[in-house]
Amino acid sequence: MKTPLAAVTDLKVHFPIKKGILARTVGHVYAVDGISFDIMPGETIGIVGESGCGKTTAGMAMVQLTPITSGTVQWKGTDMAGMNRSGLRALRREMQLIFQDPYSSLNPRMTVRQILSDPMDVHDMFTGRQRKERIDFLLDTVGLSPGQADLYPHEFSGGQRQRIGIARALALDPTLIIGDEPVSALDVSIQAQIINLLKRLKRDFNLSLIIISHDLAVVEYICDRIIVMYLGKIVEAADYASLYKDPKHPYTKTLMSAIPVPDPERRTRRLILKGDVPSPINPPGGCRFHTRCPDRMDICDKQEPAMQRFNDGHTAACHLYNTIYADDCHATPNHVSTPTKGDNP
Amino acid sequence: MCANRFLTPTFCIGAAVNKNRSEPVLSIDSLKTHFFSRKGVARAVDGVSFDLTPGEVTGIVGESGCGKSVTALSVMGLVPNPPGRVVDGRILFHGKNLLDLDIKALRKIRGAGIAMIFQEPMTSLNPVYTIGNQISEMFRLHKGYDKKQALAAAVDMLERVQIPSPGKRVNEYPHQLSGGMRQRAMIAMAMSCDPEILIADEPTTALDVTVQAQILDLMHRLKDDFSTAIQLITHDLGVIAEMADQVVVMYAGQVVEKARTRELFQHTLHPYTRGLLASIPVLGHRTRGMDEDLVEIKGMIPSLHNLPSGCRFSNRCPQVMEKCKNLLPELTDMYGGHQVRCWLHTKGASA
Repeated sequence: MKTPLAAVTDLKVHFPIKKGILARTVGHVYAVDGISFDIMPGETIGIVGESGCGKTTAGMAMVQLTPITSGTVQWKGTDMAGMNRSGLRALRREMQLIFQDPYSSLNPRMTVRQILSDPMDVHDMFTGRQRKERIDFLLDTVGLSPGQADLYPHEFSGGQRQRIGIARALALDPTLIIGDEPVSALDVSIQAQIINLLKRLKRDFNLSLIIISHDLAVVEYICDRIIVMYLGKIVEAADYASLYKDPKHPYTKTLMSAIPVPDPERRTRRLILKGDVPSPINPPGGCRFHTRCPDRMDICDKQEPAMQRFNDGHTAACHLYNTIYADDCHATPNHVSTPTKGDNP
Repeated sequence: MCANRFLTPTFCIGAAVNKNRSEPVLSIDSLKTHFFSRKGVARAVDGVSFDLTPGEVTGIVGESGCGKSVTALSVMGLVPNPPGRVVDGRILFHGKNLLDLDIKALRKIRGAGIAMIFQEPMTSLNPVYTIGNQISEMFRLHKGYDKKQALAAAVDMLERVQIPSPGKRVNEYPHQLSGGMRQRAMIAMAMSCDPEILIADEPTTALDVTVQAQILDLMHRLKDDFSTAIQLITHDLGVIAEMADQVVVMYAGQVVEKARTRELFQHTLHPYTRGLLASIPVLGHRTRGMDEDLVEIKGMIPSLHNLPSGCRFSNRCPQVMEKCKNLLPELTDMYGGHQVRCWLHTKGASA
């Protein structure tokens, strides 16, 4: 079995809410509340969910950019929590970020050359002669011309800026790139260019990618495996094909049916969720989705559903499947293990 | 109610007649809005024409900078001047050219006759006034209600847009509401004087998909109830397919294609529209083994200061011909009201 590039185990990130002169902690924002997943070398994972579901926090916690409350993040088998600053710095060379807004993520006072040189200076890589070659190569890779290296960010369009952001992430030859909504701020025609670029880079450089996005359609195009989050928890995780063909969790289903399809012939009435995402400060008990779930049952507000494993490595946390198997197990106790067979990742 | 809406009784009769469908309630006729700066003239809207029909949704699609929002602002008389100015064209609302009206007359129409909702509800609601205060202002200004009546009407409106416990929400400030709720409040405000036209500028772009579905559903229902003409500005062709009856595709300040929604999606004529449709990731396509890679439109939108001399799409068009680079094609009628601005479809193209 291959060792995963990164393994996240029961990760929790809670932000304290402080009040008063003594700054007493009066509560917590349960941004990420116990999630586990692995990423293999060369694999692309998508994390999807509505705003406030903790997808960005999960990504930031992986690179240790936000303090972890509990749980572990292992990088190639070593726990990142025990590392000192210099250890972390060396590690961060291998994991890079791409941000959503190409307007605010590039320093307007630096030329493209300076922007791309910065990470190389920090890590003392590609010095001297190599530097120019490297920058030319990077710009060429992301579809810009090396002649544009001495321009400032404001001289580029949104799509080109995002390409600069991607070139910066590639500068140090990383193994993992985390893209936080890398295409949501772009126009549709530009979005397609960037999606194709990311796919090409992933192939050419054998990168692992984590794409954090609210757009299930975008994620489907780039990712091998998709994780659906709701209020700090993973509700479903599966291969892209399995997830789109056979979504298990009611939340995934509603999320998919909410996406408008560009085909007027298919104007079907959709499943429309009532209300908004509840506050992560005081998440609902039991299943966190029970307040909005169309398939809600009595058990849902009382007991938190366990992760159910299905045959193809597809997992979902929902009592619907619980009941089915529980009934099965009542009749013939042997069946209880059936859905867990043969899904060792 | 009608008498409050417009100044003159004759206007009112006009409004009543126009409530029957098919007759346009607003006609934009070769509108040109240009921006003048040191860099030169930016022709943001350059000869745009289309009609809005009661009870219909007209979708305006295009990428950022194509002039779709400026068209809407021109209708509302909200183009910042300077640097912007409507230099030519007419905007006929019940036969009256809105461009000829003075600010006072325009104010009577804004909100009461034509209302607008914006993309980011947080920036268009005033943070220091309660929701109720802002909605009831509409009733006080346009219908002459007193404070108490207006507040009661505001609660009514909040209920109509399905905000839970409207009696309580009416006294809350915008920051106390969620994004979807704020957009509902904006819609409540826009619909409060029963406008004939609602201009929605990217109303769901800042919202989550699940909330977007709620808002679109709400707009659909309101349109049917009030037979409002909706001008829906968006870059999302999915939203268009779902909502619009008629679609206007804009590129670099011009209409490049215009058709009924079904017709547009089934017989897409303009290479730009085709490119747009092919470049959107569609849920389930990859899973079903369709297009592994997305089709991209090469290059980017030309600067409005420096437009190509021929067809404005010519530098990105996959089917570009020699003619396209020099001559700007006219918007040409095809069949069944389908219009397209492209040499591929304009007679005499085989030059």
